[in-house]
Amino acid sequence: MKKFLRTIFLVDLFQGLWVTFRNQNPKYIYTEQYPAERPKVAERYRGAPRLNINPDNGETLCIACNLCALACPETLIVVTSERNEQTRRKELTTFTYDLSRCMFCGLCEDACPVDALELTQDFELATYTREGQIWDRQMLEEGPTPTQYKC
Amino acid sequence: MPETTFLDSTELVLNMGPQHPSTHGVLRVILKLDGEKVMGTECVIGYLHRGVEKIGENRTYQQFAPYVDRMDYVAAVSNGLGYCLAVEKLLNIEAPPRAQVTRVILTELNRIASHLLWLGTHALDIGAITPVFYCFREREEVLKIFENYCGARLTTHAFRIGGLQYELYDGFEEQVKAFCDMFLPKVDEYEELLTNNRIWVARLKGVGILTGDECKEFGVTGPVLRAAGVKWDLRKAQPYSGYEQYDFEIPTGENGDTYDRYMVRMQEMRQAVRIIRQAVEKIPSGPIGKTPKVIKPATGEVYVSIEAPKGELGYFVVSDNSTQPYRVRVRPPSFVNLQALDRMVRGGLVADVVAIIGTLDIVLGEVDR
Repeated sequence: MKKFLRTIFLVDLFQGLWVTFRNQNPKYIYTEQYPAERPKVAERYRGAPRLNINPDNGETLCIACNLCALACPETLIVVTSERNEQTRRKELTTFTYDLSRCMFCGLCEDACPVDALELTQDFELATYTREGQIWDRQMLEEGPTPTQYKC
Repeated sequence: MPETTFLDSTELVLNMGPQHPSTHGVLRVILKLDGEKVMGTECVIGYLHRGVEKIGENRTYQQFAPYVDRMDYVAAVSNGLGYCLAVEKLLNIEAPPRAQVTRVILTELNRIASHLLWLGTHALDIGAITPVFYCFREREEVLKIFENYCGARLTTHAFRIGGLQYELYDGFEEQVKAFCDMFLPKVDEYEELLTNNRIWVARLKGVGILTGDECKEFGVTGPVLRAAGVKWDLRKAQPYSGYEQYDFEIPTGENGDTYDRYMVRMQEMRQAVRIIRQAVEKIPSGPIGKTPKVIKPATGEVYVSIEAPKGELGYFVVSDNSTQPYRVRVRPPSFVNLQALDRMVRGGLVADVVAIIGTLDIVLGEVDR
């Protein structure tokens, strides 16, 4: 009998409608207005790579040890270096990073012994050309400059 | 060509997918129909084949870890745990206690995220549009914890062989506890929306029945097996990563129909919260484990399986004493569960095919690998 009455008065449907009604409150809006309102990503976010430079003298921190290139599963990092005859040290000449193949696993930044290569919080990496995805040393040091939209 | 009258019915072959929203990816099902009735099915898979197992043979042990995340991409943490445990067993090492407890917390959070995605999309297939928004709202909280912990939301690469790479961030315990407190009332809310709803019950009760014996024949595991009344959970049967320390129950169903599978998964989310609460209370201090720089296991082979959100996820790794695995074979739960589709669908109606594919909770990245 009770079940019959529940069926007649559509109790189950009103129960569900009550849930949706409770969630109508505007304070439960979770949508982000993305281009105008930029999300704050986590501190450890693995986004665009960056080749750090020493803030004191503007020289690169990279010691051209090639460990990141060896750690990368996709072998998308190419490091070239030449030996400085005066100081007898290896110096970085070029550093290319193919972002189009990168899966942001973070193994390269784990491998870096001097914290030169780092994955940063920049996440807007779209380009108009395929070549634009291949970042050279200058691009890696400066980082991307995405368009900032305002509403 | 045989002469047919309008009274005779001929078999109609209908292609469902690979671009069909309710096949959850790129599954193609060839349905043989007699009117509305399904006489047989044939699954065509392989549209998302990326050769993950072959890639594994050409990468070092550490380098292969990010690729396993891309198989079951809604439960990437579980995949990573299975692979790391397999290689750790091959090397005869064990992660330190702090790493193990952290692994348990993250995998259980991932179980919740995976079940939430299943619930949302399954309800969407049946025709209830509201739950998907609520589910994704709560799933977002889990993904934020992952993002804060390891820097990625979906393909996390959270664990490393031998322990963890990242130390827990400040406020991890608080965030996880806050999520647990927030989440349990939300599960009740989903149940309020669906459990008694007459359309939901009518669409799910008695649809796609798979008995316990049939499950065992097919090798079906996970919630599908438990809904058939078989109390089998690898976390209890062969505990790994310290699961024996936690107090939780294995929810089971009775009839093995789609409705029972729904109830089992809802209960599993509550049990996952229970495990997380216990684990957060006792995160030990100490090291988080160090990844060996060069991994070169002795010749041998090892099979390790864990209870992923979708069922038994196994890794079979063969080593030939080099830095790269000789062979990596994955036993994905979705692939094995998908075999049971024909048995469940046969004799049913076309509209139920959608419900049954949804209830199997397949991820095509894992089926095709």
